Amino acid sequence: MRLARHLPVTTLAAAIAISSHAQAQTEITVATVNNNDMVIMQSLTEAFEEAHPDITLDWVVLEENVLRQRMTTDIATGGGQFDVMTIGTYEVPIWAERGWLSPLDNLPEDYNEDDLLASVRDGLSLDGTLHALPFYAESSMMYYRQDLFDKAGIEMSEQPTWEEVREWAGELHGSEEGLAGICLRGKPGWGENMAFVSTLVNTYGGRWFDEEWNPELNSEAWVNAIQFYVDLLNDYGPPGASSNGFNENLALFARGNCAMWVDATSAAGKLYDGNESDVADSLGFAPAPIAETPKGSHWLWSWALAIPASSEKQEAALEFITWATSEDYIELVGETEGWTSVPPGTRESTYANEQYTEAAPFADFVLKAIQETDPNDSTLEPNPYVGVQTVNIPEFQSIGTQVGQTIAAALTGDTTVEQALDNAQRATERTMQRAGYIER
Amino acid sequence: MTTLSSKTAAPRSVSGWRSPQAKRAFLTILGWSVALVIFFPIFWMILTGFKTESAAIADPTLIFSPTLESYQEVQERSGYARFALNSVAVAFGSTFLALLIAIPSAYAMAFLPTKRTKGTLLWMLSTKMLPSVGVLVPIYLIFRDVGLLDTRTGLIIVYTLMNLPIVVWMLYTFFKDMPKDILEAGRMDGASTLQEVMFLLLPLTLPGIASTGLLSVILSWNEAFWSLNLTTSNAAPLTAYIASFSSPEGLFWAKLSAASTMAIAPILILGWMTQKQMVRGLTFGAVK
Amino acid sequence: MTKTRASGRTVGGLRTLALQAPAVTLLLLWMIVPLGMTLWFSFQRYNLLMPGMTGFAGLENYEYLLTDPALWAAMGNTLLLVGWVLAITVVGGTLLAVLFQQEFAGRGIARVLAISPFFVMPTVSALVWKNMMMHPSNGVLAWLAESIGLPAVDWFSSLPLTSIVIIVAWQWLPFALLILLTAMQSLDEDQVEAARMDGAGPIAIFFFITLPHLKRAISVVIMIEMIFLLTIFAEIFVTTSGGPGLATTNLAYLIYIRALLDFDVGTASAGGVIAIILANIVAIFLVRMVAKNLED
Repeated sequence: MRLARHLPVTTLAAAIAISSHAQAQTEITVATVNNNDMVIMQSLTEAFEEAHPDITLDWVVLEENVLRQRMTTDIATGGGQFDVMTIGTYEVPIWAERGWLSPLDNLPEDYNEDDLLASVRDGLSLDGTLHALPFYAESSMMYYRQDLFDKAGIEMSEQPTWEEVREWAGELHGSEEGLAGICLRGKPGWGENMAFVSTLVNTYGGRWFDEEWNPELNSEAWVNAIQFYVDLLNDYGPPGASSNGFNENLALFARGNCAMWVDATSAAGKLYDGNESDVADSLGFAPAPIAETPKGSHWLWSWALAIPASSEKQEAALEFITWATSEDYIELVGETEGWTSVPPGTRESTYANEQYTEAAPFADFVLKAIQETDPNDSTLEPNPYVGVQTVNIPEFQSIGTQVGQTIAAALTGDTTVEQALDNAQRATERTMQRAGYIER
Repeated sequence: MTTLSSKTAAPRSVSGWRSPQAKRAFLTILGWSVALVIFFPIFWMILTGFKTESAAIADPTLIFSPTLESYQEVQERSGYARFALNSVAVAFGSTFLALLIAIPSAYAMAFLPTKRTKGTLLWMLSTKMLPSVGVLVPIYLIFRDVGLLDTRTGLIIVYTLMNLPIVVWMLYTFFKDMPKDILEAGRMDGASTLQEVMFLLLPLTLPGIASTGLLSVILSWNEAFWSLNLTTSNAAPLTAYIASFSSPEGLFWAKLSAASTMAIAPILILGWMTQKQMVRGLTFGAVK
Repeated sequence: MTKTRASGRTVGGLRTLALQAPAVTLLLLWMIVPLGMTLWFSFQRYNLLMPGMTGFAGLENYEYLLTDPALWAAMGNTLLLVGWVLAITVVGGTLLAVLFQQEFAGRGIARVLAISPFFVMPTVSALVWKNMMMHPSNGVLAWLAESIGLPAVDWFSSLPLTSIVIIVAWQWLPFALLILLTAMQSLDEDQVEAARMDGAGPIAIFFFITLPHLKRAISVVIMIEMIFLLTIFAEIFVTTSGGPGLATTNLAYLIYIRALLDFDVGTASAGGVIAIILANIVAIFLVRMVAKNLED
């Protein structure tokens, strides 16, 4: 047992060493996702520490799902392991309502709060008070191969409809070896296929719940939307569509295997980067296609930095999150990493900056897409929830994943669309009854 | 004791095979093809670590210009050494503890069995069936209250307990394989239990103990639920390192391959170095 | 053996107790504390995301899980997954152990290569198989199939459970090989030699000498693998997310969706309790079979 007795002593010694050090310096633990923009943030640690000599940063960088689970456990049990957390528009309102996040009503003057895009800001606020600061934000849009469209003599519309997309996909599918007419998400998950499917259902005039929280998953709008989705991908999609998520489709499109792809605007910077993408020269952009209504046809998501109420280093944490979401930070990234790499979608000033709009020809599309979304009014008929591609209630993660699975089954032909949606409806009713939204 | 020296046994008869050379050549080809097929995915992963991200998703090919780009980027982003050190400390610490606790226990079960021995064994194993997902919150709460979150000690405790049933079980089976007469002989010579264990049992079953230990090291090294959920940064092992490179938005296969190669390299090398001892076998020691 | 025991039964019993005490006590604590808490929580309304919602829930959590239409599918998948992987690894592992026991050039290195997959973390091997091996357009398998003129198999859509079985079996085959190879070392060469002199062919030797000798090692492999295979999670999470439909949802994944995605601790705990009970039911059958082999 020597080892066991020995170890606590060393940890204790280490703890003492750290705490004696802490009189001069505050070390804050920052939990973040391993996406590109955050990796850049981490690489700029020195710039921050130079400007704030009394604060040092300790990074915990994890993949999204692991991070989400890790942070939720910690914040809900008051573990107090993190001083800054990277969370999304889905978590912020839920966590803020439970008093787990420090309200950010004391932002410094020079932070220029009014510069934040209104829709993003709203998404991160509870009762008008920000509870997290946006690091980057994205909507969805359509990418297409200009060269293929030109060759086939197809003209992209200013606002394409899904019917048009189906026609074009049919024309282009297989016109080159291994070319799929269209790539869309198929991998089950509330943040994977359901993000896309929700927007498709929205534009077909459907909604997740009626105003009394009754699920409407087997309504006509859902059936139409899912039938369209299944037919489209089966006729003109890539092989293995039901296990493709964002990354898999990005890889396919970057290799030139898709003629069209509807997905996150944050892919634009990567597709435009010749080192990662073979289609950088022939990349075209268009708004996300619509069907019955333009409402909710593209999503809104942002990654934001928040301070857990359980953190004992509130001030230092605030220093950091205001730095990482400031205009100066965006400027710094533009200068050190290149302007296509700046975190997009958060500030009007970014889009007023000519250096950015010149380097990133997709900037206007992205700005317009983000400004047009309204998480409070995203469906044709009114609904009781906040969110475009999500329903911001704690139960949505499991509901979304379950429904995602049944839709994937319809996609592979294991069940019919009607059966799949009936199953989804029943499962969702069960969850909602249990959570007490609706009576049994 | 019929196992006395297989080396001095009569020369092998060659009946059934045309010639020993042909048999050897056939076995060489077969053995190597099987080994290469099994190893291929790992080989491919190592190869991918030396590609650029766009080459990593291109059509499979063996011809590409290797680059250390991914390794550089991975190293710049997170210090490998810190994670590796935690992995080593936690994997070996927990294995050492588990063996220390398990050897007496397995000894008792193998050589002094009672009516309850089998029941105890099975009960021990059944503790392994508690799904981690179901007990995350209780354990997290306990760890928070006793201050074990994000400490190596905490992880060592969890892994020791996690592997203990399997370690006891494997040792038990290896001990049971021991020729009993050797121990008997030792006892006749007046050896105490401790002496019996230290000077007879342990040396004789060393290969078995080694493979049990290695298994425990590997299981701890690769364990990715508790290590991710109970550590933050001070005690984070290589699984956390991997989790910082897997599945981000964007292309990641080359970087993940580079990081994975670095994460499995120590354990792969360890396995490579110890496999001879591990499979040398039990009788080899017995006849010495 | 039995003689010494008969003469010193009480002493032996005491000694046994003293020697087993540390392991048994620790495991008892490890088992009882979390299990006690799990049991307690399983009867509570306790959701981490709903701090206001507390109180005694009775059997509500159990009812919710046990009436889940997905439960039976998940149990079926769990058994299929465990059964197939066990079959593949035990049969394959035995054959490989016999092969790698033979003398051939570079045997040591070949063994190391064959054992290696066991050293790879489950998430990594799942990602490697999904994106580099089984990917329908840029995977190695698709490329192989196309180069011999066959259509590429769309693994995770058309053969989802088979794909998972392949990945998991690839990880555990080396484990079986390692254990069985170790056991093979104690095979009595003289006995084999004698059999050969009597005119037994290699197949007869395998079935009448090698296999019986490996019986106990095979039991160990089955027991240990079963424990891990019952709770396979990472491979499913990374590749198919339990879909399409419920095709690859096993119990561990079902509990994850129902419980951990929502942070419903009450239901997660009930799921844990149910999983232990089910695992023990499965175990009893296997253990009966296996324990007999451990007797001799």
